[in-house]
Amino acid sequence: MKAPLLSVNGLTIEFRSRAGTVHALEGVSLRVDRGTTTGIVGESGSGKSVLAYSIIGLLDRAGRVTSGTIVFDDRDILTMNEAERDSIRGRDISMIFQNPSSALNPIRTIGQQIEDVIVCHRLQSSRTAYDAAIEMLARVRIPDPTRRHRAYPFELSGGMCQRVMIATALSCSPQLLIADEPTTGLDVTTQAAIMDLIREQTTSRRMATMLITHDLGLAAEYCDQIVVIHAGQVVESGPTKSLFQHPAHPYTAKLVTATPTLDTRLEDLTSIEGGLPDLRRELPYCRFSGRCSRFEKACNEAPLPRIRIAEDHFAVCRRPV
Amino acid sequence: MFRVIASRLISAVPNLVGVVVVTFCLTRALPGDPAAFFAGPAATAESVAEVRRKLGLDRGLIEQFGRYVHDLFAGDLGNSLTTGQPVVADLVARLPASMELTLFALLFAVLLSIPIGVLAANHQDSWIDHLCRVMATACQSLPTFFLGLFLVYVFYYLLGWAPAPLGRLDIIFSAPPRVTGFYTIDGLMAGDFALVLTALGHLLLPAITLGMFAMGPLARMTRAALIAVLSSDFIRTARANGLPPRMILYRYALRNAILPIVNTLGMVFSYLLGANVLVEKVFGWPGVGSYAIDAVIASDYAPVQGFVLVMAVLYLALNLATDIVNAALDPRIEFTT
Amino acid sequence: MTANHSKDVGRIAYLAGENLLTSTALFCFVLLVGLAIFGHWLVPFDPLLSNASATLKPPSATHWFGTDHLGRDIFSRVIVATRLDLGIAVLAVALSLLLGSLMGACAGYFGGWTDRTVGRVVDTIMAFPLFVLAMGIVAALGNTTINIVYATAVINLPFYARVARAEVNVRRSTGYVEAAKMAGNGEFRVLAFHILPNVMPTLVVQASLNMGWAILNAAGLSFIGLGVRPPTPEWGIMVADGASYIISGEWWLFFFPGAALMLAVFCFNLLGDGLRDLLDPRRAT
Repeated sequence: MKAPLLSVNGLTIEFRSRAGTVHALEGVSLRVDRGTTTGIVGESGSGKSVLAYSIIGLLDRAGRVTSGTIVFDDRDILTMNEAERDSIRGRDISMIFQNPSSALNPIRTIGQQIEDVIVCHRLQSSRTAYDAAIEMLARVRIPDPTRRHRAYPFELSGGMCQRVMIATALSCSPQLLIADEPTTGLDVTTQAAIMDLIREQTTSRRMATMLITHDLGLAAEYCDQIVVIHAGQVVESGPTKSLFQHPAHPYTAKLVTATPTLDTRLEDLTSIEGGLPDLRRELPYCRFSGRCSRFEKACNEAPLPRIRIAEDHFAVCRRPV
Repeated sequence: MFRVIASRLISAVPNLVGVVVVTFCLTRALPGDPAAFFAGPAATAESVAEVRRKLGLDRGLIEQFGRYVHDLFAGDLGNSLTTGQPVVADLVARLPASMELTLFALLFAVLLSIPIGVLAANHQDSWIDHLCRVMATACQSLPTFFLGLFLVYVFYYLLGWAPAPLGRLDIIFSAPPRVTGFYTIDGLMAGDFALVLTALGHLLLPAITLGMFAMGPLARMTRAALIAVLSSDFIRTARANGLPPRMILYRYALRNAILPIVNTLGMVFSYLLGANVLVEKVFGWPGVGSYAIDAVIASDYAPVQGFVLVMAVLYLALNLATDIVNAALDPRIEFTT
Repeated sequence: MTANHSKDVGRIAYLAGENLLTSTALFCFVLLVGLAIFGHWLVPFDPLLSNASATLKPPSATHWFGTDHLGRDIFSRVIVATRLDLGIAVLAVALSLLLGSLMGACAGYFGGWTDRTVGRVVDTIMAFPLFVLAMGIVAALGNTTINIVYATAVINLPFYARVARAEVNVRRSTGYVEAAKMAGNGEFRVLAFHILPNVMPTLVVQASLNMGWAILNAAGLSFIGLGVRPPTPEWGIMVADGASYIISGEWWLFFFPGAALMLAVFCFNLLGDGLRDLLDPRRAT
C-alpha cells in the first residue's frame, strides 16, 4: 500500500478562551491518498474547520496542539518552523473557503489576486504571471478570461468568485487541496458545477482533495472515502460505498437515514435529537453518548476501541450497529 | 469617475446654500442695529445711516439676502474697518499662510498617526497597544494653544533651537516672489534654498502644534480599521494562499483600511481649520485666523463674516476632494453611484 | 470554597486592572467636581486680590503656582477657575444634549419631513469647521460668557441629534414599542417614556465623550479673547495672559492653568472611553 499523502495521527487541539478551555479535537486520525477525494463530514461546530486550519497552519492564536502529528509528504508539519510552514502554504497545500464573495480582496482585480499568488510562490516575472493568470481563469472555465482579468469581485456572481478562489488555490499546482464548505451559499446548479470542477482538477492533477462539508449527500456524490466527525472525535471512516451500505457507528447510521433522497417523503424526515456537548466541560470517552440510543454504562468506562467493519472501513465505538 | 465627481458636486450644493444662509443670518440677524456694528464703534450717526443705506439694511430681509448673494458672486465681502481694505483682498493675501500651515500640520499628523495605528493593530491587546491608545487619548486632550506655548517655551526660550514665534520668516528675509503664496513652494521655484529652510524652520513648531490633536482620531481609526480588516475573510484567504506577511499587511490590509481612514479626514479638516485660529495667535502667524481674531476684538464685522464664509467654503471643498479621493481608491463606489 | 474565592478575587483583580484607567479618571472627576463646588472656600488667597509688591514671583512655598503680573496667587485662581470652566461646559453639553436628542429622536421616530428638516439643520451646522462657527456665533450675539455657552451648545448639537436619531430609528419597530402603542399610548408618550429611557445610556456615553471637547472649545474661545473678561479667573484667559511672559522666562503664568485644563479634559476623555467600553464594547476603538 502506497504511503498516504497526508496522515493525521491522534491530533488533539484545545483553545484557551475567557470561558475556559475548549477541547476542540480529540485523537483525530485519518489519511488522505493522492488522486482521491476525502470527505470530512460533521455538524456545525464538530471541529471540521479546526482540523482544516491546523493542517494548513492557520490555527487561531488561542489554539494549541496538545498531542498528535500531521504528516504531509513524509514530514511532520507540527514540528516545522514558521518559515517552512509558510513555504508549504499555498504551494503544496491550498485551501478554499465558503462565502467566496467575501473571501476575495474587494478592491483588487481578480487577475491581480491570482498573479500575486503566482509571483510570490513561483517567482515568475509579472509578464509571464499575467499569461499564467489568464490560463488559470480559462482552466476554471471562466468565460472571456482576458476581459474578466480586470474585473473586481463585486462584479462577479458567487459561483464565479468560487472559481476564482479555486484558480488562486490551484495556480501553484498543490498536492493537497482543502475545500472548506466550498458550495455553501451557492445555488444547487452552481454547486454541482463547482464540485464537478473540483473533481476534474483532482483527477487531472493527481491531487488529493479534502472536502469538508455538513452535507452527507454531497460527500456521497463526490468523495472516495468519508470521515465522520462528531464533537471533535472521528467516529467512523471508510470508502463511501461501504459506509453507506453498512454504517456502523450510531451517529453515522442516523446521518444516513436523516439525509433525504428523491424518494423520501416529508413525513419520513428524521433528525438527530440533542446537540453537541459543551466542549468546555470534562468530557466522557464517547462524546456521542449523550445522544446515543445504544448507550450503555460500559461505553464510557474505557477509551473506545477502533473496530474494523470492512476493508479500510473503521468505526470507533463499543457497540457498533 | 466623472459621474462620481458630478454627483458629489450636486450633493454639496444644499450645504453651500445652508452656509450662505447661516452667514447671512449671523451678520444681519444680530441683536441691536447691524448698521451700527458695521459702521464701527467710532461712527457718527450720519455714517451709520450711510452704512445702513449702502448695505441695504433698511430694506426687507429677502431683498437684503438677494443683495448679499449678489455681492458674493461679485466677490464683494465688504470692507474692513481696521485695515481699510476690501475684505476679499485681505483674505486672499493671508489665505496662503494659513493653508501652508494647515497642510504641513496634516502631513505631520498623517505621517505620525498611521505608523502608530499600524503598530497598535499589529500588537493588539498588548502593552504597546494600550500605550498607543492612551497616547491617542492624551493627544485629544491637549489644548492646542497650551501645547503651542509649551513648545515655544521649551524649544525657543529654554533650548534656543526654534526661531522666535514672530511669523513665517526670519527678519532678515523678505518674502519670495509670489506664485502660490506658499513660502516653501515659492522659495523652491525661486531657487532660494536658504529661504525655504528658514520657512520650514518657522513652520515646524506651529505645524506640530496644530497636527498633534488630529493624531488622536487618525491613530485610533487606523488601528480600528486595520484590526477590522485583518480579521476579515479575504485576509484569511490571502494567508491560506501563502502570501508573505509584508505583502498582506501593505497591499491587502492597509489599502483596504485606508478607506475608513480617509473618511476620518473629514472630521480632521473641521478641527484643523478651526484650531488654525488658535495656532496663528500663539505663533504670530499672518494668516486668516489672526485676521479674524483682530477683527472680532475690534468689533469689525465684515472681516469676521468673510472669514466664516471662506472657511466654510474651503471646508466644503476639502470634503469634496476627500470624497473624490475615496472614490478613486475604492472601485465599488463608482459601481454603486 | 477557597478555590471559588480565589477565582473571584482573580476576576475582580482582572476587572480592576482593565479598568484602572477608568477608575483613576473617575477619581479625578470626583476631585474636579469637588473643587468646582468647594474651591472658593478652600483656596489660601483671594483670587482677585492684586499685590503690586509680589508680581511675577516663581512658585514657592507660599505661592505654590507663583504669582501673575498683578501679584495675584495663581494657585487660587486656577482652583477657583474650575467652577467657571466646568460650569460653562456642563451647561453647554446639557443644552446640547436636551435639544439635540429631542430633535434627533423626533427625526428618527416620525421620519418624513421632520427627518429631512432636522437632517438639513444638522448638515448645515456640520458644514462649518465647528470652532469657526462658534467664533461667528459669539461675534454675532455679543462677547459675553452666556453666548459662549450658546455657541458651544450649538456646535455640539449634531452629535446628539445623530446618535438619538439612529438609536430611536432602530427601536422604532421593536416589540415593546408596538405593545406600548397597542396599549393606547400616544406617539409622544411612546417616544418619551418607552424609547428614550432605553436610548439614555448611549446618550450619556456620548455626553461624557463630548465634555472634554466642550471644555476645550470654551477655553479656546476665551483664549482668543471672546467671552470671559478679566479679572474673572478662567483657564483660557489665564493662559492668554501668561503667553506674553514666556519669552522672558516666566513660565508659571501659562503653564499651570493650561495643565489644569489638560488634566480636566484628559480625565473626561478617559471617563468617556471607559464608560463606552463598559456600556457598548462593540464601538470601542
